[in-house]
Amino acid sequence: MTSQAASSIFAKAPSPGFTDAVHDAQSVFRAAMNALAQPGTIHQLSELALTPPAPLSASATALVLTLCDYDTPLWLDPDLAANETVRSYIRFHTAAPFAKSAAEATFALASNSENLPAIAGFAAGTPEYPDRSTTIILMVDDMVSGSGVTLKGPGIKNQNLFSAHPLQASFWQQMQANSTLYPLGVDVIFAGNNQLAGLPRSTKITGTEA
Amino acid sequence: MTQTAKTQDISSQHYNFAYLDEQTKRMIRRAILKGIAVPGYQVPFAAREMPMPYGWGTGGVQVTAAVIGKQDCLKMIDQGSDDTTNAVALRTFFVKTTGVETTTKTKEASIIQTRHRIPEEALTENQVLVYQVPIPEPLRFLEPRETETRKMHALEEYGLMHVKLYEDIAKYGHIATAYAYPVMVQDRYVMDPSPTPKFDNPKMDQMEALQLFGAGREKRIYAIPPHTKVVSLDFEDHPFEVNQFEEPCAICGAEGAYLDEVILDDHGKRMFVCSDSDFCEDRRAAGHVGHLGTNPLEAEGND
Repeated sequence: MTSQAASSIFAKAPSPGFTDAVHDAQSVFRAAMNALAQPGTIHQLSELALTPPAPLSASATALVLTLCDYDTPLWLDPDLAANETVRSYIRFHTAAPFAKSAAEATFALASNSENLPAIAGFAAGTPEYPDRSTTIILMVDDMVSGSGVTLKGPGIKNQNLFSAHPLQASFWQQMQANSTLYPLGVDVIFAGNNQLAGLPRSTKITGTEA
Repeated sequence: MTQTAKTQDISSQHYNFAYLDEQTKRMIRRAILKGIAVPGYQVPFAAREMPMPYGWGTGGVQVTAAVIGKQDCLKMIDQGSDDTTNAVALRTFFVKTTGVETTTKTKEASIIQTRHRIPEEALTENQVLVYQVPIPEPLRFLEPRETETRKMHALEEYGLMHVKLYEDIAKYGHIATAYAYPVMVQDRYVMDPSPTPKFDNPKMDQMEALQLFGAGREKRIYAIPPHTKVVSLDFEDHPFEVNQFEEPCAICGAEGAYLDEVILDDHGKRMFVCSDSDFCEDRRAAGHVGHLGTNPLEAEGND
């Protein structure tokens, strides 16, 4: 094989996943677990040398590599779904099937809040199996703990204030509606700049008009 | 090379870190996240055969294996004690398959796996408490069909559990359930706290640490996030009460701790000592001494 042919193969190959599949996935999971166990608090990821194709962020990609596999239909937002580099990257590293509709997704990956369809359209589980629901991985630019909407519920001592940007105008209203479905509903993990935050269905949200 | 690093190096040649393969860990991790999102709800998961028999804590082991990382410090207890069979066996398992640091000090641990006790010392938000659960379904002995108990949880139909507690009162004059005492989690799901003594139930309420429950044979995982409301079921005229002990710990003098009965001789002589071995050791190190001294076998009147 000529070196020119070899380099063209590498040009087509998906960029690498975790450097250390076992321990990187473990540390990302711990951050995600703590994020969902303490809604509205921000959890720093350790430095991951991930170079996913744009517009995927390192933190969102880390979550996908940590949680998705052939058992979990993954819904991609329209921008990501139209991006063959993104699709082949995820397909190569996780073997996750792509969900045809939001309602059959175990995970949903949105590159920004504007690309999310109605949150009520995702799987909310059934009364017997509330775990058969979608977990939304939502990419945001930044998150702030200490100002924003008021969160109360399991995992929160008194209350946590939290905001994330950018979010579509109706996002918090939709998540309020989602929490009224409890114990059904979707859970959201915000993936920011090397940071995670969680918003499980059990969290009550107030102060959304601010 | 430190001892830990050496063990990690050796173990990594023989097992994947923490024994389980990565796909299994992902599956368990997803179940844990769902459990956290719906506190008290039992999430089905595809529990694997583990290299130890059912009943030895295969559920807790799988949960710990999915959560644990190189930086963790693991404490393993069985009925409160760090040095009983189950604790020693499972601690050795994790030392062999992960090489992580282990400890008997409640304070130092980042993950505590427990069989049937909650440490006396209050846990903090940086700790995870993993319970080994034999029968996760609190309604199972009242209704054997899984399809029915699922429906009962879905409809929040817990009358049967109250009838059971009421029958206790009718028969014995008080609620006679002493362990695996059912709790209501965040006003929604009735949950089995695993066979912990009811003495430990109040510690679950608003606990700062994350509590994870794993049932290997029954293939269920459930969770209680930190600062979650956990209420022991009771009646207005028969409120929930914890066990009371008539005497303090015989070797550290602790009052208000959960005590184990220990037979001392063939003539019915016995003593009560702390079930939490680390708590008892800490107190003795701090100079507390019970009425049988630090070594009951040398106490006066013992042959």
